[in-house]
Amino acid sequence: MLKRLALAMLAAGSLFAVQAGAQTEISFYYPVAVGGPITKIIDGYAAAFEKENPGVKVKPIYSGTYQESIVKALTANKAGDPPVLSVLLSTDMYSLIDEDAIVAWDELLKTDSDKAWHKSFFPGFMENSQTGGKTWGIPFQRSTIVAYWNKEAFKEAGLDPNKAPASWNEMVEFGKKLTKKDASGNVAQWGVQVPSSGFPYWLFQAFTTQNNVVLMNKDGTQTYYDNPAVIEALQYWVDLSKKHNIMKPGIIEWGTTPKDFFERKVAIMWTTTGNLTNVRSNAKFDFGVAMLPSGKRPGTPTGGGNFYLFKKSTPQQREAAMRFAKWMTSPERAAQWGIDTGYVAARADAWDTPEMKKYVQGFPQAAVARDQLQYAVAELSTHDNQRVTKALNDGLQAALTGSKTPEAAMKDAQREAERILKPYRK
Amino acid sequence: MNRTAAQVHGWLLLLPTAVLLAAFTHYPAGATLWHSFFSTPKPNRPAVFSGLDNYRAMAEDPVFWQSLANNLWFALGTIPVSIALALLMAIWINGRLRGRAFLRLAFFTPTVLPMIAVANIWLFFYTPQYGLLEQLTGLFGLPNHNWLGSNETALGCLIVVTVWKEAGFFMIFYLAALQAVSPNLYEAARIEGAGPWTIFRRITFPLLMPTTLFVLVNAVINSFRLVDHIVVMTRGGPDNATSLLLYYIYDVGFKFWDSAYAAALTMVLLVILGATAVLQFGFLEKRIHYR
Repeated sequence: MLKRLALAMLAAGSLFAVQAGAQTEISFYYPVAVGGPITKIIDGYAAAFEKENPGVKVKPIYSGTYQESIVKALTANKAGDPPVLSVLLSTDMYSLIDEDAIVAWDELLKTDSDKAWHKSFFPGFMENSQTGGKTWGIPFQRSTIVAYWNKEAFKEAGLDPNKAPASWNEMVEFGKKLTKKDASGNVAQWGVQVPSSGFPYWLFQAFTTQNNVVLMNKDGTQTYYDNPAVIEALQYWVDLSKKHNIMKPGIIEWGTTPKDFFERKVAIMWTTTGNLTNVRSNAKFDFGVAMLPSGKRPGTPTGGGNFYLFKKSTPQQREAAMRFAKWMTSPERAAQWGIDTGYVAARADAWDTPEMKKYVQGFPQAAVARDQLQYAVAELSTHDNQRVTKALNDGLQAALTGSKTPEAAMKDAQREAERILKPYRK
Repeated sequence: MNRTAAQVHGWLLLLPTAVLLAAFTHYPAGATLWHSFFSTPKPNRPAVFSGLDNYRAMAEDPVFWQSLANNLWFALGTIPVSIALALLMAIWINGRLRGRAFLRLAFFTPTVLPMIAVANIWLFFYTPQYGLLEQLTGLFGLPNHNWLGSNETALGCLIVVTVWKEAGFFMIFYLAALQAVSPNLYEAARIEGAGPWTIFRRITFPLLMPTTLFVLVNAVINSFRLVDHIVVMTRGGPDNATSLLLYYIYDVGFKFWDSAYAAALTMVLLVILGATAVLQFGFLEKRIHYR
């Protein structure tokens, strides 16, 4: 009995070995961060790719939120069995390099078409994907921050419904007209809402970029949280509620911000372009999508996820993974992905495809994010990223809830970031 | 000879549980202690012995101290209230009452729901302006308040959710215990002319003490163990006002990947829980008489 079992196992083992020799299997982790049937779309892509590329088997594995995905990927890496390919936050680049978990894409780019593919993405998205002269991430599900405004509310307030605030001063001026109180003195509708829960640093980076200052250096070893222009940007954000009374005081929840907008509790909201499809299907009023207002200049950080290639993989797997990533980011696929989800199609030629042209014609709001890209900067990312970012997040929330002044909050955050980053400077 | 056989027999019976406990409780605890004396290994920097460095860093870490203080307030806010509420509800629905089955179900429902779902529901209760709570306070003409977005109220909001979630669970234990109390005792007391308060104080409450101890142990453990709602509702914010010890350990371990420091923090949690267990079973148990 035992002998027979052992024989059967041996047979099964050799069968498996034969199959593995003929086919290259690439496992692929992906997170879901926006609404919609993402899992179905990804499975469809994988199946279509397998049909065009016999010999490669793609195994897509849904891995939760971005945070859960990086935990799973890095834990699997430590256990010696990471995925071959994974979509993770572009800002996790330094952490993945420090853990020695990923390889750069450069060595895989052999043909001219490979090299052209590599250069086809918007430069704004490549900033978070390259360091030390190498490319570690391939832009896939990328986004920026845009402003959504309620045209009906603008009309009621006597404003031009087709004109969003274009400057910091205009945002305050419009906001004052848009903030409405009910009979008992409670605010029924706020002018502006910039969410500050969870990852306030991302939205704050829009203010700092507009104030023409950067938060970190290119090597990810230095932050500039206590730069006077950074403090000034924070003062503007704090003043929206403290001085001008046009934004809800306290910490504003990211998750319920679109709902606040649908319920007409706020006239202008800042959120990701990834919410575009959500707003389009749920707003019961005419709405507009605009670039964020300018301070000294227009600006927004980019956000979202890149493809990373894990180090513990065979040469065949890496080659197949490159082909898959290239196929997934081809102009047609990038266009379709953008239309299905609201993410910004990450390359210029995707916007020239017939499907995308038709989509933008019927829904011009979709092109705002693309047009804003020329002003976009890299999202805050450093070595020991999450810890350095937390220092900033804590400082921002302290200033927004009024427990510290903007200046004290940013000085504390900078001191903490200095302490963490010192070992990374050589 | 016979005694040795009995000994072996006993040990064999204990073996499966002992192996499981050793593999999944004692070994990890020991390993955590061991790792807390080393630096976090990185690909180009293997772990080196660093003595008490992690503990020294902890002593200087303001977020750790705040998380610890938050956790004590959280425990103080949730444990007595949820136990008192559980006892009250149990006594109420133990009496003869119309719609008793419905009430029991209603009180127990929060326990059945997963914490993540509960937290998502409560997130909308607390939503400023149009959330349920705001609509209620609005009726009385009270001003708007950003409940989860203010340092002063965020932790209190989480305490309320936890009490709501836990009280029903503890009620079940009290209910079972109440039904085991012999009615003879009550009859005898009434014949002696004791009022309802005396009956509760002299008969019901003392007889419920073993249950109270059990519930108390669970409540203490839960106050250090439950962090699901923080992930959903506040992520430790604003400015760490709702960061509890276990949530901070998760942050350090799985966001910062500083496993050695996370191990040191875990030791603090282990010591706290160990100390409360010793206190509860060593001290309180002596003052409780079992039948």
